[in-house]
Amino acid sequence: MGRYIIQRVLSAFPVLLIVTLISFCIMQLVPGDPAVVMAGPQATAVEIERVRVQLGLDQPFLQQLGKWLWGLTQGDLGQSILLGRSVSTAIAERLPTTLTLTVFSFILTLAIGIPFGIIAALKQNTWIDQTVMTVALIGVSLPNFWLALMLIILFSVMLDLLPAGGYVAISQGFWPWFKSLLLPSLSLGLLQMGLLARITRSTMLEILRQDYIRTARAKGLPAFKVVGKHALKNAMIPIVTVIGIIFSLLLTGSVVIETVYSLPGLGRLLATSIFSRDYPVIQGGLLLTASMFVGINLLVDVLYAFLDPRVRYD
Amino acid sequence: MTETTGPTIFAERAAPLRKQKSTLQRLFEHRLFVTGLVLFALMVIMAVFADWIATHNPVQVRARFRFRAPDMDNFFGTDNFGRDIFTRVVYGARMSILIGFATVTFTAIIGTACGLIAGYFRRVDNVLMRVMDALMAFPTLVLALALAAALGPSAFNIVVALTTVYVPRTARIVRASVLVVRDADYVHAAHAVGASNLRIMLEHILPNSMAPLVVQLTFVFAYAVIAEAVFSFLGVGPPPPTPSWGNIIAEGKDYIREAAWITLFPGIAISMTVLGLNLLGDGLRDVLDPRMNVENR
Repeated sequence: MGRYIIQRVLSAFPVLLIVTLISFCIMQLVPGDPAVVMAGPQATAVEIERVRVQLGLDQPFLQQLGKWLWGLTQGDLGQSILLGRSVSTAIAERLPTTLTLTVFSFILTLAIGIPFGIIAALKQNTWIDQTVMTVALIGVSLPNFWLALMLIILFSVMLDLLPAGGYVAISQGFWPWFKSLLLPSLSLGLLQMGLLARITRSTMLEILRQDYIRTARAKGLPAFKVVGKHALKNAMIPIVTVIGIIFSLLLTGSVVIETVYSLPGLGRLLATSIFSRDYPVIQGGLLLTASMFVGINLLVDVLYAFLDPRVRYD
Repeated sequence: MTETTGPTIFAERAAPLRKQKSTLQRLFEHRLFVTGLVLFALMVIMAVFADWIATHNPVQVRARFRFRAPDMDNFFGTDNFGRDIFTRVVYGARMSILIGFATVTFTAIIGTACGLIAGYFRRVDNVLMRVMDALMAFPTLVLALALAAALGPSAFNIVVALTTVYVPRTARIVRASVLVVRDADYVHAAHAVGASNLRIMLEHILPNSMAPLVVQLTFVFAYAVIAEAVFSFLGVGPPPPTPSWGNIIAEGKDYIREAAWITLFPGIAISMTVLGLNLLGDGLRDVLDPRMNVENR
């Protein structure tokens, strides 16, 4: 087990290295002069020059890269053009909101996606199965930012039950906090819920057909024990692998959902910097989200090896 | 006696053979596949025949008709410039379908090439797949958005950004099926009779990976339709006034209190297209690649 973990951690390094290079090179793709693009259409020559020096664009490519990498080792991602502060401070300020939203949404996804997937599998080909799977399929097909807008129209404009946007810190009371997160995490999570319900269902169906399930049933175990203990434990293995994908989808989704609900998170920071071409923030955001994803996948792989001993001895 | 038993035995043996249906036949008996096909075909027809289907001019500003609720003249209502939403949704189909087709085509060509090369030439494999792994480490839309932000907002740049994001995933699928057959006897036989590497890859190995590839590409199309909308929503999509489903929603979002119909209808169009493509993909997977679906075991 120990050796497997070490191997897996080491194999993440080359990927992280290439991720860093790709994040840095984004700015090199800008056609023409990035300083002109970023300074805006009304900028004077002096302002453009100031932006150029601030970004280090007056230096040769390798020197820029070296400087950026050296900064990275110190936790310095450069200066934002528009926010007037360092990229790492801006990200650190926004990260807690995004993490709260992501975790909230993730719990909702697990709590709804897995049970419905199991129920659908147990009642295969009945109306329950068909209803759950239809809803899941629709959930996978709705664009989440549009769903977010529709939920605002329904729950805030028409029914006036929930706030249309804004983030309330938990220090201002549990209910206001909970209410401010409910719509965002629902619209963020529906896609993942559908995905998870579908995967859980097909995994369960496969496992319920195995010999050891038949044996467990034959020896007279009660149904909840067969499903809850023998089937679910084995079904968890493929489900755990998609959790990495789900987390990545949640992070991606937060870019749009935080914009719709005006939540001050990392996603909205990325959206505004993409809109206003604040390249240092884009670079930092890319590097951070990708590293988080590599880390989560690492964790999933270790968990996977822990759940399924066959993986360890490969 | 011999005259009658002979043909009977023959007929019995032939019966299961006659029941074997062609792939196309099985596809058209798959109810969900047909539903998906119809939905998707509707959108393509809308895009192609937009000039005939539309009832108004998609970009004409009509100040007197601002914020009209849906009625017999403006089926889906009008927006803040008095433009007819029905017409704009019909024309918007062009942008989504175009971006989808272009992304799928480029992804298919580049992804297949990378997958074949990585799977067939072991020496390139390691380097190529590490780069693909790194590209896949970025959350898809975040990378695509950053690329589009760097390249500038245009339909073509969205296609470039989306292709970059989906090539690694497609290459991976092709590579996996190449690895399965690259040591098969018929491949060695082809080598032995002197077939070139290119010929072996295209004629003997590629057909084997077609099924998962086609399934993947229908989903890429669906993602591309959603991506166009997200890009427009965040202001890096195809620039207005050319209607696209995404920028109609983006313009309508400021008026959801007084004119919800502006955002409602293009969203329904996106959802129906994506639903259609998802059904197509599920159906194709069931029929072409039964191994991937456990219910068929």
